Amino acid sequence: MSSVNSRLQTRFAQLKQEDRAALVTFVTAGDPDYATSLAILKGLPDAGADVIELGMPFTDPMADGPAIQLANIRALAAKQNLPKTLQMVREFRETNSSTPLVLMGYYNPIFAYGVERFVSDAKEAGVDGLIVVDLPPEHNDELCDPAQSAGIDFIRLTTPTTDDQRLPVVLNGSSGFVYYVSVAGVTGAGSATLEHVEEAVARLKRHTDLPVCVGFGIRTPEQAAAIARLTEGVVVGSALIDQIAGAKSPEDAVEGVLGLCRQLSAGVRGARG
Amino acid sequence: MTSYRSGPDDRGLFGRFGGQFVAETLMPLINQLAAEYEKAKSDPAFLEELAYFQRDYIGRASPLYFAERLTEQFGGAKIYLKREDLNHTGAHKINNCIGQILLAKRMGKQRIIAETGAGMHGVATATVAARFGMQCVVYMGTTDIERQQANVFRMKLLGAEVIPVTAGTGTLKDAMNEALRDWVTNVHNTFYLIGTAAGPHPYPAMVRDFQSVIGNEVREQIMQKEGRLPDSLVACIGGGSNAIGLFHPFLDDESVQIVGVEAAGHGIDTGKHAASMAGGAPGVLHGNRTFLLQDADGQITDAHSISAGLDYPGVGPEHAWLHEIKRVEYVPCTDDEALAAFHQCCRLEGIIPALESAHALAEAFKRAAKLPRDHLMVVNLSGRGDKDMQTVMHHYDEQEEHI
Repeated sequence: MSSVNSRLQTRFAQLKQEDRAALVTFVTAGDPDYATSLAILKGLPDAGADVIELGMPFTDPMADGPAIQLANIRALAAKQNLPKTLQMVREFRETNSSTPLVLMGYYNPIFAYGVERFVSDAKEAGVDGLIVVDLPPEHNDELCDPAQSAGIDFIRLTTPTTDDQRLPVVLNGSSGFVYYVSVAGVTGAGSATLEHVEEAVARLKRHTDLPVCVGFGIRTPEQAAAIARLTEGVVVGSALIDQIAGAKSPEDAVEGVLGLCRQLSAGVRGARG
Repeated sequence: MTSYRSGPDDRGLFGRFGGQFVAETLMPLINQLAAEYEKAKSDPAFLEELAYFQRDYIGRASPLYFAERLTEQFGGAKIYLKREDLNHTGAHKINNCIGQILLAKRMGKQRIIAETGAGMHGVATATVAARFGMQCVVYMGTTDIERQQANVFRMKLLGAEVIPVTAGTGTLKDAMNEALRDWVTNVHNTFYLIGTAAGPHPYPAMVRDFQSVIGNEVREQIMQKEGRLPDSLVACIGGGSNAIGLFHPFLDDESVQIVGVEAAGHGIDTGKHAASMAGGAPGVLHGNRTFLLQDADGQITDAHSISAGLDYPGVGPEHAWLHEIKRVEYVPCTDDEALAAFHQCCRLEGIIPALESAHALAEAFKRAAKLPRDHLMVVNLSGRGDKDMQTVMHHYDEQEEHI
């Protein structure tokens, strides 16, 4: 149950009219520090990001590969925490009211913050959706149900191991969009073949009307364009974060991320032309 | 009377603890594992094979030994030691490994992964993988590799690949993260052989069941020797598999007092400890809700203990529940107290205990002195101390420098 005119629904409806896929970008909040991360966040919509995923740092990101692990370590070293991440969202919303923003992370920092307080503060800050890696549908009562009652979408990860028997369980209660993790593995790992993605998206479409966004291992404008021909959204994370890891200065980090974002966006926008 | 032994429920919960907090990639597999384990549990062929390996490979039953000299020393309770140190590979870990590898074989898996802290679980896993001809990869933190070199070599001798984990503090928690990453990547052919009674359901229940052979034997052995049940049980707690294995068969015997001993490191108030119940709060990590060492933001903090096997910031969910409902009493024990008990056990009984087990001994000695002579106390001597020579020697070098 998502709210009637959520930013996510509006954005995907608009992109459908334009006949193009969404570029969904992931960065970790507070990486490499609050100010730089906020500058990146504020610059992403103009650089072509259609949907923003913002990572909530955690000490033990079990499902993430080396790039995002390091991003978490940098952000935590710069004293990022959940209250500051919500503050970043508030500051982002001061200048942007249309780009959907999804918080992504692990459950324990939310549990420690308090679920009720988190849901209410996130809604107030302008958060549109949540992706929580270690909350499968078996634990919907923890956060999924309260979030959706408050009008925050709960986005599910589906994977190559989610079979037809399990898909309805996973999709039941999903809202916003469905995130297809195209390889069994951690973030930043090798990419799936286009045949695999095409087949997987077709399978998901038999079970849901929600937009399907595909991620894991997509690094270049060419790869993004190829996926954009097959589905409604392309998620890029580790490649953007590598731009921060390799930057010599905060300015370099901002320009590196936004520069790659512009290229990816061009790839996605030109894909079906 | 409601039973304390009926958990977990069908969602894997012990009260509010436990559960299945894992990435979607793993859910189909752990559901399949839970179903397969349910079937195996009541399959006579599986149970027969398990009993065979327990007897002829591990060397069970392990003796329940009356520690006469320790008993005399403290002048109170009659102290019995459950000699898990005499098992093949030198600790209780193999009880669980045999059970899980038989399950892996049943499920047609060819590749085994494991995490290890002190290296005892890694060695036990490498051992059963060798016996059953399976590929074995063990994740171990670099800090632990440094302090447990003999066990690293043992694993390699047994044909396992030991992968050093540098993330975090390079201890058990980080090894477990890396094992989970391997598992999501190789989920199609890989069985994750978790070493303690923690992680997503069904692991806490399954590991407990495989370790319950300890408590079940103690019941029979003490009846033979003393004609009655013990008055108290004492065991150390890291994740808590040796403890739950001893405790579980006695949970409904209300006359039996049960004590779990957490590693207090330099002391709870120093913040350098591994006592997640005494010094932690409920949270979610590694697939379950349990007590965790964490800061106010829900970030996991580092554990500290002289004993690598207890150096973990969480505890099995069934212990968290038993703590909350107060069926089991959990107490902390410092590095120094454990070392003192380690020496007493060496000198008085000619038994070199693992530093993990020395935590249980320390608490047992404290209590024994104050108890009457007809009090029967069973302490789980969960492993032998050969692996800890380096750590104990280092400790003395450091002390001499201070003097």
